[in-house]
Amino acid sequence: MQWETVIGLEIHAQLATKSKIFSGASTAFGAEPNTQACNVDLGLPGVLPVLNRNVVKMAVKFGAAIDAELGRRSVFARKNYFYPDLPKGYQISQFELPIVGKGHVEIVLEDDETKTVGVTRAHLEEDAGKSLHEDFHGMTGIDLNRAGTPLLEIVSEPDMRSAKEAVAYARKIHQVVQYLGICDGNMQEGSFRVDANVSVRPMGQEAFGTRAELKNINSFRFLERAINFEVERQIDVVESGGEVVQETRLYDANKDETRSMRSKEEANDYRYFPDPDLLPVELDDQFIESVASDMPELPDAKRHRFSSEYGLSAYDSEVLTSSRALADYFEAAAKVGGDAKVAANWVMGELSGALNKEGLDITQSPVSAEQLGGMLQRIADNAISGKIAKQVFEAMWAGEGSADEVIEAKGLKQITDSGAIEKIVDDVIAANPDQVENYRSAEEKKRGKMLGFFVGQVMKASQGKANPQQVNKLLRRILHLRGRGRRHQRW
Amino acid sequence: MYSKSIAQLSAGLGAGEFSSVELTKAYLERIKAHNGELNAYVTVSEQAAMEAAEAADARIRAGNGTALTGVPIAHKDIFCTNGIKTTCGSRMLDNFIAPYDATVVSRFKEAGAVLLGKTNMDEFAMGSSNETSFFGPVRNPWDRQSVPGGSSGGSAAAVASGLCVAATGTDTGGSIRQPAALCGIAGLKPTYGRVSRYGMIAFASSLDQSGPMTRSAEDAAAMLQVMAGFDQRDSTSAQEPVPDYAASLNDDLQGLIIGLPKEYFDEGLDSGVAASVEAAINEYRQLGAEVVEISLPNTGLAVPAYYVVAPAECSSNLARFDGVRYGHRCDAPGDLEDLYKCSRAEGFGAEVKRRIMIGTYALSAGYYDAYYLKAQQIRHLVSDDFAKAFEQVDVIMGPTAPSTAFGLGEKADDPVSMYLSDIYTIAVNLAGLPGMSIPVEPVAGKPVGLQIIGNYFQEAKLLNVAHRYQQATSWHQTFPADYE
Amino acid sequence: MSLERTDVEKIAHLARLAVSEDELDSMASDLSNILDLVEQMNAVDTDGVVPMAHPLHMVQRLREDAVTEVDQRDHFQSVAPLTEDGLYLVPKVIE
Repeated sequence: MQWETVIGLEIHAQLATKSKIFSGASTAFGAEPNTQACNVDLGLPGVLPVLNRNVVKMAVKFGAAIDAELGRRSVFARKNYFYPDLPKGYQISQFELPIVGKGHVEIVLEDDETKTVGVTRAHLEEDAGKSLHEDFHGMTGIDLNRAGTPLLEIVSEPDMRSAKEAVAYARKIHQVVQYLGICDGNMQEGSFRVDANVSVRPMGQEAFGTRAELKNINSFRFLERAINFEVERQIDVVESGGEVVQETRLYDANKDETRSMRSKEEANDYRYFPDPDLLPVELDDQFIESVASDMPELPDAKRHRFSSEYGLSAYDSEVLTSSRALADYFEAAAKVGGDAKVAANWVMGELSGALNKEGLDITQSPVSAEQLGGMLQRIADNAISGKIAKQVFEAMWAGEGSADEVIEAKGLKQITDSGAIEKIVDDVIAANPDQVENYRSAEEKKRGKMLGFFVGQVMKASQGKANPQQVNKLLRRILHLRGRGRRHQRW
Repeated sequence: MYSKSIAQLSAGLGAGEFSSVELTKAYLERIKAHNGELNAYVTVSEQAAMEAAEAADARIRAGNGTALTGVPIAHKDIFCTNGIKTTCGSRMLDNFIAPYDATVVSRFKEAGAVLLGKTNMDEFAMGSSNETSFFGPVRNPWDRQSVPGGSSGGSAAAVASGLCVAATGTDTGGSIRQPAALCGIAGLKPTYGRVSRYGMIAFASSLDQSGPMTRSAEDAAAMLQVMAGFDQRDSTSAQEPVPDYAASLNDDLQGLIIGLPKEYFDEGLDSGVAASVEAAINEYRQLGAEVVEISLPNTGLAVPAYYVVAPAECSSNLARFDGVRYGHRCDAPGDLEDLYKCSRAEGFGAEVKRRIMIGTYALSAGYYDAYYLKAQQIRHLVSDDFAKAFEQVDVIMGPTAPSTAFGLGEKADDPVSMYLSDIYTIAVNLAGLPGMSIPVEPVAGKPVGLQIIGNYFQEAKLLNVAHRYQQATSWHQTFPADYE
Repeated sequence: MSLERTDVEKIAHLARLAVSEDELDSMASDLSNILDLVEQMNAVDTDGVVPMAHPLHMVQRLREDAVTEVDQRDHFQSVAPLTEDGLYLVPKVIE
């Protein structure tokens, strides 16, 4: 039988605020346990929540970016359940009236086709703390620093039909929240968490199959693998006469498999009701307009601008706008360097290669956009060649200063003085009489290739500093001129 | 000295007739002498009180005193007091020393009031007789075999017997007004949002409101002046300006229109109480008020709706008491579930458990619409009744409670009959309106309360109406025989 | 509405309250009596009535995004039943 996969994603994006959603405690990552949990976060008796303005602003930005209907009146509700990392015994979330309603994003698939994926809703909620399972005399330790960190939960429609589509959608949302500056997108630290609802159904069937919810996925690569594993597993279950159970399954990256959570299979009854400590959030036109006027350029618009403004290929524009940080880096480097195409080549080539090798992202680059731009300037004004530039780049990467400093310190300035180059050329010609002879007796169409030998020798003798265009020109002139001259002399 | 008003004490302190240290000592002595038989205080913070009194005397000498500086008061043990035990009448918080101050507590500290201690209360404010307290029942100073009412029974008994000048209380369904009525003092529940709820341990968040419990309306005005006002730590705190409550106390009542809801004078009302309330109404006629009959047709639905809304919110509010970060934790729990279930079963008393259970049920899948949503709809109807009435009248009057103080143990085994003793007060909480109870003529030696209900943020009007009655009568100056 | 012992057990589990065998019956009867009172609500037709979650018609006020709280871990943990290395301890959580 032919099976069709149906996937919907629930993404939790941690909002990049200074303070928590309902308290004035810091949200900074990595503090000592419970040092960023104030009385509100701890759920001490008598404390009350007060909503952070920035959280509302960020949610509205996201809504505007995915062309969503905004909830002009949204309501916070309590989701009641007991868990040690949930201090109040309920999570403040949004249930019936979320702040962001129906919206959509476009994803680009491998065959260059685009597809629209619906976003059902996005709502605000508070994060829970963390349970630390390393052994405290057989007990679990609870750290509530993360409790109360603002989250935007983005729920998609079950519109995706393959793991690749799911990854493309997740990447798109990741790109959007980073562009908006509302989430740092760090999947390792849990700032961007993806849960996948996966089901299969016979091709052509309208009703959805029973779904499993996959959790504990902390990279896009694992998202693809987890879904693929789960699809195979569900097809196996159904084809061998079984039934898929609705459950939560954890993805185990080491074993590359999903497994059922061991916790008791009790039906959760969250007893949602409007939180009486908070009032309805109303978005007026003024608030929405102030947010709209503060929207950054979004990925699609930036991509089109890169192609038209800098004359970059569609592919280059796509790559360079994949993250806002990368796009900003490129633009800064191009502005200083002057030539956007050369800048694009360096950013996507040498720089990306070096970052990949060291596992860094663009924000961690040891070479700043200004440094790279400075180096591009020296290429443009012929102070260094492209080849020497690679040396300069390596030195800048190693922290040896700006391009000019490196060029100066290492004496890498290109030799453009024609007298000096002519002397090296003469030496090379004098030292290689056989090759000169061969060249001169060769047919015109073979000479091009043979010239390379002399260029190489000259560059070597100049330690790469001779201007290659000048070297080429000179070699051709001298080899040809003198060749003819000598023939005249001989004959 | 124990019959002096806040204004009189403040004047005496300012004139150097006595010091706050002397005053505070005298009250601490009196507490020592009488708290054993009344059980009004759970904690007496003697040392902190003496330090506060000394600081108050210095402040008065420096000429920086306020109306409350140096005046000994008590807080209901529902308010978090930094460094002082805050039990909420529960075993769950038997050893809980609050690590921060409630806004109400900070405001009284800033005003220079002297905190004598924390008063007993029904566990988590759930009760109408003070019998659900883990620390034992409070006794009514007028008849120690009777209940003082609840849940602010400790505050009511302390004020009535002169164990403090004034006290704070909280009112979710009548918990200030009903004990005030049963103990013969004044109790004011302000408009929802008028006083900050920050640091006040929540029972039902959309109904809870704290207010003053005093001998006179004049004292209540002085207390409310300190308590009322916007607090940025409470999202439900109103940004409404706070008037000078003392300024309008003596306003003339000529032309005041009083509405008497016919539903408040039905067969459930004790005939003695009814006669006493009617006598008080007649006094208002003498003062120039016009009295009209009105109807609040959904009154009978208020108690049923309340016993859905309040338990629903409490079931969620009390989930934080799980034995993990503070409060009672059972011995040697076998596993996590055990920790939760045993700590909570041991920490909470029977009435609290009942309400948590009812609330959990009302919110659970399949019952939410029939119970919770229905109750919120009725809340709307109840609120509309009042809105209509206030198009016609300035204040609404009636009995605060259907009877005088009942005997200890009389209703303890019958939750439903206990719930019905709040029948005249509950609707006011559902609507969020201000309500006040003042003592009128007692029946067979037991106090009776007249309830005065006003429109939103009309506390000044209530205080004015109450004060004019107290100027014309002396019921509020009568002490129980054993505490004269 | 009359609740059975099994209903009480289910609700008690949701509310995380241990209830002993001999408490079940009295609790079932108490709760049933309260539900009888509550069900007097059904006497009125509320079709089309907007539920009222709050007594005041106000909207949520928004706080500026600023860190205003300082670390008070030791103070807050002075009331905790069991802590170690700044963590609250609970019986092992099994996932």
